[in-house]
Amino acid sequence: MKRIRSFNESISGNKYLAAGLIMTGLALVIGILGLFWTPYSTTAMSAAEKFAPPSIRHLFGTDNFGRDIFSRVMKGMGTTIGISALVVFFSGTAGILLGAITGYFGGLLDEAVMRLTDAVNGFPSILMALVIISILGNGKHNVIISLGIVFIPSFVRIVRSEFIRLRDADYIRRARLMGVGRLRILFVHILPNIFSVFWVSVMIGFNNAILAESGMSYLGIGVQPPDASLGKMLSDAQGYLQSAPWYALAPGLAIVWIVLGFSLFSEGVRRCGE
Amino acid sequence: MKTGFHWKKKLCGFLFTALLATAVLGGCADGTGESSGDDSSMESMTESGASVPEEVQNGSDQGNSVVVGIQQDIDSLDPHKATAAGTKEILFNIFEGLVKPDENGNLICAVASDYTISEDGLVYTFILRDNVKFHNGNVVTAEDVKYSLERVSGLLDGTPLMSTMSTIQAVDIIDEKTVQVTVGSANTELIYSFVAAIIPSGSGEEAAAEPVGTGPFSYVSYTPQEGIVVEKNPEYWQDGLPYLDQVTFKIVNSPDTALLELQGGSIDIYAYLTDSQAQALQDTFQVIASPSNVVQALFLNNAVEPLNDVRVRQAILYALDKDAVNDFVGGGSGALISSAMLPTLQDFYVDLNDVYGTGANVEKAKELLTEAGFPDGFDLEIAIPSNYEFHMQTGEVVVESLKAVGINATIQAVEWNTWLDEIYNGRQYQATISGITCDMTPGYLLNRFQTDSKKNFINFQSEEYDEIYQKAQATLDLKEKAEYYAELQKILVDQAGTAFLQVPANTTAISKKLEGYRFYPVYVQDMSTVRFVEE
Amino acid sequence: MKYIGKKLITLIMTLFLVSVAAFLAFQIIPGDVVTSILGTEATPEREEQLRQELGLDKPPVVRYFAWAADVLRGDLGVSYRYSKNMNEMMPVAELIGDKLPVTLWLAAVSMLLIIGVSIPLGVLWARSSNHFLDGLLGVITQASMAVPSFFLGILVTYLFGILLKLFAPGGYISYQENFSGFLGYLFFPAMSIAVPKIAMTARFLRNSMLTELRADYVRTAYSKGATKRRVMYRHVLRNAMMPVVTFLGMIIAEIVAGSIVIEQVFSLPGIGRLLISSISTRDFPVVEILILYITFVVIFVYFLVDILYRVIDPRISEA
Repeated sequence: MKRIRSFNESISGNKYLAAGLIMTGLALVIGILGLFWTPYSTTAMSAAEKFAPPSIRHLFGTDNFGRDIFSRVMKGMGTTIGISALVVFFSGTAGILLGAITGYFGGLLDEAVMRLTDAVNGFPSILMALVIISILGNGKHNVIISLGIVFIPSFVRIVRSEFIRLRDADYIRRARLMGVGRLRILFVHILPNIFSVFWVSVMIGFNNAILAESGMSYLGIGVQPPDASLGKMLSDAQGYLQSAPWYALAPGLAIVWIVLGFSLFSEGVRRCGE
Repeated sequence: MKTGFHWKKKLCGFLFTALLATAVLGGCADGTGESSGDDSSMESMTESGASVPEEVQNGSDQGNSVVVGIQQDIDSLDPHKATAAGTKEILFNIFEGLVKPDENGNLICAVASDYTISEDGLVYTFILRDNVKFHNGNVVTAEDVKYSLERVSGLLDGTPLMSTMSTIQAVDIIDEKTVQVTVGSANTELIYSFVAAIIPSGSGEEAAAEPVGTGPFSYVSYTPQEGIVVEKNPEYWQDGLPYLDQVTFKIVNSPDTALLELQGGSIDIYAYLTDSQAQALQDTFQVIASPSNVVQALFLNNAVEPLNDVRVRQAILYALDKDAVNDFVGGGSGALISSAMLPTLQDFYVDLNDVYGTGANVEKAKELLTEAGFPDGFDLEIAIPSNYEFHMQTGEVVVESLKAVGINATIQAVEWNTWLDEIYNGRQYQATISGITCDMTPGYLLNRFQTDSKKNFINFQSEEYDEIYQKAQATLDLKEKAEYYAELQKILVDQAGTAFLQVPANTTAISKKLEGYRFYPVYVQDMSTVRFVEE
Repeated sequence: MKYIGKKLITLIMTLFLVSVAAFLAFQIIPGDVVTSILGTEATPEREEQLRQELGLDKPPVVRYFAWAADVLRGDLGVSYRYSKNMNEMMPVAELIGDKLPVTLWLAAVSMLLIIGVSIPLGVLWARSSNHFLDGLLGVITQASMAVPSFFLGILVTYLFGILLKLFAPGGYISYQENFSGFLGYLFFPAMSIAVPKIAMTARFLRNSMLTELRADYVRTAYSKGATKRRVMYRHVLRNAMMPVVTFLGMIIAEIVAGSIVIEQVFSLPGIGRLLISSISTRDFPVVEILILYITFVVIFVYFLVDILYRVIDPRISEA
């Protein structure tokens, strides 16, 4: 019986992986394409075509300025994915550096960094981002910076605990005895071994970044109009729910698509790895 | 009717038209000089007021209470300290000044029944109306008037609460019904400042004082972020008013939810609708557009590169497609303007829309840009206060029309406070889209473009302008004043000081159950004449 | 005991750090409360007067410690922005006390929904041998977790508010006015909060139960002749619930912090909305207390969860 279950799980693991790959791949292709080319201009307005419902001409209809929603969703997806990738890249890198140093060496620095990350952790992340944005001002660069800062502690924790686990492992002791340099131990001997754990947190972080970015744009503090962004489109669309429900559905579903695709993908990776 | 129905007889109109003809300043003229339409509405008002039986008027609480959706929270319950237009529009129902505006932009007498201004414009004499009572039941005395005026003018503690009133030198009680105000310099526009609320003597300093005024409604309660409740003042000096027993001003989070709330029936009246909202409500509500007193503009900082070049500013004015702004954002119901005067102030307004045209003139704009050394355009950052959806949307249209002439404009949404601090006070910006809420004084907007004005946040510089403005202030002859003001408007346009866009229409949705809502050219929600339609 | 003491010190230190950080942030943010209150028509004299009234003329360090001393004495100060009457400002305690029930009830209704739906769902899912149902629940829960709460809020508004007319969107009913109407309105924002969390909790419970089912004691119980039902509810569910309870604790903390966005979507006058508007009006006394409050709730709930973990599983040592 036990064997049958695991058989089932690995199949569905593959299914997860396949579905996730297809969805994520599609989102990436559309999003990246959207940064460079869209069927219509994302900003050109047309008084004649305000609030056109979805049709062959305008797949997702048009908005209050007569702009093609499909084109804007494409561009918005690209922007959101790009911002989230940068956020994860920056906070992940910072997390590795801080986590490696504090985890491996411990001591006073470790204590200080951990207290700080505790404080940041206790502080709701959206609030933190709001405060940082209030200081820096609106705009996509500042969203990257503020989310980048907010996301660091979660990476530090993961990396630190892995480094603590591995710093006393036999092969590391041996390497130390052989006189291998500290930096080499940190980044050549230990780092590759925490990759599988780190990868999981990167994937979770990426999804959280997508949700956080669109949430900030929804509150009007992210990407600035007339640049397309999924969150801002959603908040604009909220006023026209009754007359033009498609306006809200398109960007909302695009966010769900990206997040779902990516979480199916990571779930698939996890299940197949087991 | 025991106080005698003086309404019509004592109604005083301070009419510019009347004033232009006469040299005598002030005096509560007979209101009959007004349009006949007004008279009939007044007539019908008193008639229906008398004909509505008591039972109907005081019917079920629900039947006689109305919820008005408002956009901003109250900034103060002290009428002299409140500065937000959104607060003043509500306090209008609770407080009154010696005079108050009517729906034609004229002043009528309120707590005063008459007033005169001396020939030299330095002494104002107000006669108090008989038996005007505060909400606490006390009759308004000359002492209360003196206290209120001294409080706003800073005579009380050295801090003027209304900058225009700081010119007041002394407030003297002549007799128990007469108050004389002496001012430092003559100014034909000062009378508008006497709309300042009359409050009970000493109440401004009393601890825990509830707001008490003489208006048609008295204060009941205020809950931050939710709203303010007022109830009928049964002893209001205008007989028959108000009709409603209770009015709740409910703060609506965003214009988006306002629409949903109107449709859901949780609010009955909501002003400042967007075009698409107006369309959505067309069938189920009375949707009425009236001119507002907000001047919307793309303000250009005249002191920074490359906008310090007049040709660049002119190019922007040519490039702007105001028609598109009006069409996309204002639903086509805004009044396009080109200079610093409300079109509703007919005696002073000059139509200068032809100078740059209201559509986009791409060739002319490019020509000027090339002349100025920017054949390929330049980068322009437009800061916009993010809480104003109307300005944000305007920004999107403006960016599009500037793109056509090669100007690469970007929008920077800023918090309102950041806007006040960095842009309005700090003048650290290139361009900004915002609105200025005007009062009824014709010089209100022109005043701020003097080189040294504290409010000249666009850094406009013109010696000629400053000189003419001084001359305009010095004269007591309104005709001459109008001519000077016309010149000022023209200079602003020729120098392309700033890109005025429009006076947006104020589109209001009113439940079909209600009637009698009056539109004012100033920011006011007068609920005193609103009543339920008789079935 | 030593553990609790250490945690308490961390809590106090964090609150101190957060309050200093918020104070510093307010020194840096452009725009101050005086310009916010007086707007564009301010006279310099009035600005000066107001600055003195609010005590803003004193140096920042003095202001911070004066504020901190007041708070420690239990005086939370008064709002810069909201009036109580003509001459007095609203005390922060009163202001927050008025808004707090909205957020707390929202959290309570959400929690009720989460617990009420996710536990039966998780049990059903763990017990089901139907592959189709298993797969379906897998996909549905995965999809629900991918919907951001503000989009879910918009969907709920559209579906239940506009199409089905089950509630008046934006027509919030005050709890002082009509409590059942208030709860009825809260149901919809609570639903927007609950759906993704239900999915998470149900998955978590299912996985936890499946793990338990493979444990040795289950086989022992069966071999001793216990019924399937008894094994399932007496042993498996009970053991599997322990980690779920702690998981739910973390969700409470998340809801309190996450109410900021959902209150905006449904225009609920709770502390989240108060916080956002107070940041933008630079109403420092209100912001500071709200931030401290939210931080406290989050840390305290995590702390309780941690304790609970230790009670359940004594093997966790003092790390």
